[in-house]
Amino acid sequence: MTNFPTTQPAIAVGVPADERTFLERVKEHVQDALFYIGGLTDLAVQTVQQTVRGRMERDIVMAQFDQIGVRSMSIVIITSLFIGMVLALQTAYSLAEFGGALFIGKVVSLSLVRELAPVLMSLMVGGRVGAGITAEIGTMKVTEQIDALRALATNPVRKLVVPRVLATTLMLPLMTILACFVGILGGLIIAVGSLHLSANFYTRSVIETLRYNDIASGVGKTFFFGFGIGLIACYNGLRTSGGADGVGRATTATVVTASITVLIMDFFLTKLFLFLF
Amino acid sequence: MTEPTSIDRRAESRETPDRRSQSRDLFVEFRNVEKAYGIKNVLCDANLKVFRGEVLVILGGSGSGKSVTLRHMLGLEAPDAGRVLVEDEDITDLPEEELYRVRKKFGMLFQSGALFDSMNVFENIAFPLREHTEMTDEEIEQSVNEKLELVSLPNTGHLMPVDLSGGMRKRVGLARSIVLNPQVILYDEPTTGLDPITSQKINELIIDLQSKLNVTSVVVTHDIQSAFSVGDRIAFLNKGVFEWVGTMDEARDSDHPVLRDFLKASAVTAAQPTRS
Repeated sequence: MTNFPTTQPAIAVGVPADERTFLERVKEHVQDALFYIGGLTDLAVQTVQQTVRGRMERDIVMAQFDQIGVRSMSIVIITSLFIGMVLALQTAYSLAEFGGALFIGKVVSLSLVRELAPVLMSLMVGGRVGAGITAEIGTMKVTEQIDALRALATNPVRKLVVPRVLATTLMLPLMTILACFVGILGGLIIAVGSLHLSANFYTRSVIETLRYNDIASGVGKTFFFGFGIGLIACYNGLRTSGGADGVGRATTATVVTASITVLIMDFFLTKLFLFLF
Repeated sequence: MTEPTSIDRRAESRETPDRRSQSRDLFVEFRNVEKAYGIKNVLCDANLKVFRGEVLVILGGSGSGKSVTLRHMLGLEAPDAGRVLVEDEDITDLPEEELYRVRKKFGMLFQSGALFDSMNVFENIAFPLREHTEMTDEEIEQSVNEKLELVSLPNTGHLMPVDLSGGMRKRVGLARSIVLNPQVILYDEPTTGLDPITSQKINELIIDLQSKLNVTSVVVTHDIQSAFSVGDRIAFLNKGVFEWVGTMDEARDSDHPVLRDFLKASAVTAAQPTRS
C-alpha cells in the first residue's frame, strides 16, 4: 500500500537476544544493514523524483538555506581560520630545514582546497546540521506529525526531505568555498605575523599553486557529501520510533553514520576526481 | 450512578428513518484484514463495515488494535492480508501517491492532536487549504475563522501549539481535520487524557459536527461514556477481532462476556435490569 519510509521491523522476531547464536546475530546485523541501505536508496530516489516533478516549496527551501547555511557561517569561519593558522605553523616547523616558510602558501592552499576544507566542513556542518534535521523530523515522527501530513494528503518527502537535502547539497559547497578563503587568510596571518613573510609573496604563492582541477575536486566532492548528509539525517528522522529516547538514538546515529559516510565517500570521490582531472 | 439515558445523548436521533436509510450505503469495508507487528498479531481476520452517515464507535481495551484499524482506513498502514475498501474501491495495494486522493475523503483527529509545532493555530488549520485548494488568502482566513468558531476557539489563531491545553489541541486538530469538508471524520481517542468536563465538551463537539456537517464518523475509544454519548453503533474489538457489532441498545443487552465486563466496569449497565 505504501512505499513511504517507516520504522523497520525487528529482524529475527520472537527470539530473545540472549538466546541467539553468533551466526544469527551476524545475520540480523547484515539484514538490518541491507534494510537500511535499501530504505536510504528508496528515499534518495523519491527525493530526486520529488525535486524534479514536485512543486517547489520556495519559502521552506529558503528557510532551510538560512538554517543550514547562514547559521553555520560562524562555526565555519572560526574552524577554518584556526585550521589555516595551524597548517601554516606546522608547515613552517616541519619543513624548517628545507626552508619551509617559503612553501606555506602552497601547502596551506592545496591542503585546504583539495582535502581539509571539504572534509572538515562536512564533518562539522554534518554533525551540527544533520543532528538538527534528525531531531526535528524524528520529533515530528514520534508525535504523529508525519502521519498527520500523510493523512492530510501531503507527501512528507516533498514537504520535509526535499528542502533539507537541497539545502545541504547546495550550501555545503558554499560553506567549503568560504572555509577555503578564511583558511588561506589564517595562513596569511601566521605567514606575515609570525614568520615575517610578505603578504604579496604568500598571496602570489597561493594563486600560482591552485589550479582549476584542485578547486573542482575539492568543491565538487561537497555536493555529494551534502546530499549524503541531508539524506541520512532525514531518513533517520523518518524511521525514528520510541519517543524522546528514540529521537536521541536517531540523532546520535545520524552523526556517526554521516561522519563515516563522508570519510568513505571522500576516498572514492578523490579517486574519481583524480581520474577525471 | 449515572443513568444510561443521560449518557446516551443521541438516543432520539439514532433511530430516525432517515438515518436507517442512510446506513445501507457502505463507505468503508474491512475484509479479513490481518496485521502483525513482529510476533504480536494486532488484527486477526478483522471484518468491519462502516455505513455512510453513521457514527461507528470502535470500542476495545488498550492495545487491542483500535488505532491500527483507523490507520488502515486511511492507508497509513498496509494489511499483511485481507482487503480494505473505501467506497467500493480497493485501496489495499494503492501506491502512496494514489492514496492521497483517497485520504482527501477523510479527516483525522489524532490522539495527541498532531499539530505542527512550527506553525501557529491559524497556519495549522490553513495548511490543508494551502496544499489542496486555490483559495485566496482572504478566503482561507474566512474558512479558518469559521472552523475555529465551530470548535469554540475563536480568536486563537495567533497561538502556538505549545501554548494550548490538551483539550484545545484536540479541538484545533479537529478544526484542521474538517477544514477540507471531508466525508468521513476519524477520531482517535478523542477524550483520552482529558478531564471529565473537557471530555464532555469534546463529545458535544462531535455530536454538533455530526449534525452540522452530516458526515460519517468513526470514533476509536475505550471511554464508554464517550462511546454512548456519540455513537450509533458499536464495534467491539477484542484480541484483533471485531467480536461484536451492533447498536448501542443491543450492546447494553449483549451477552458477550468481555463486552459486558467492559460496560459493567463503566456502570453503563448498572442501572439496567439484569438479564439473568
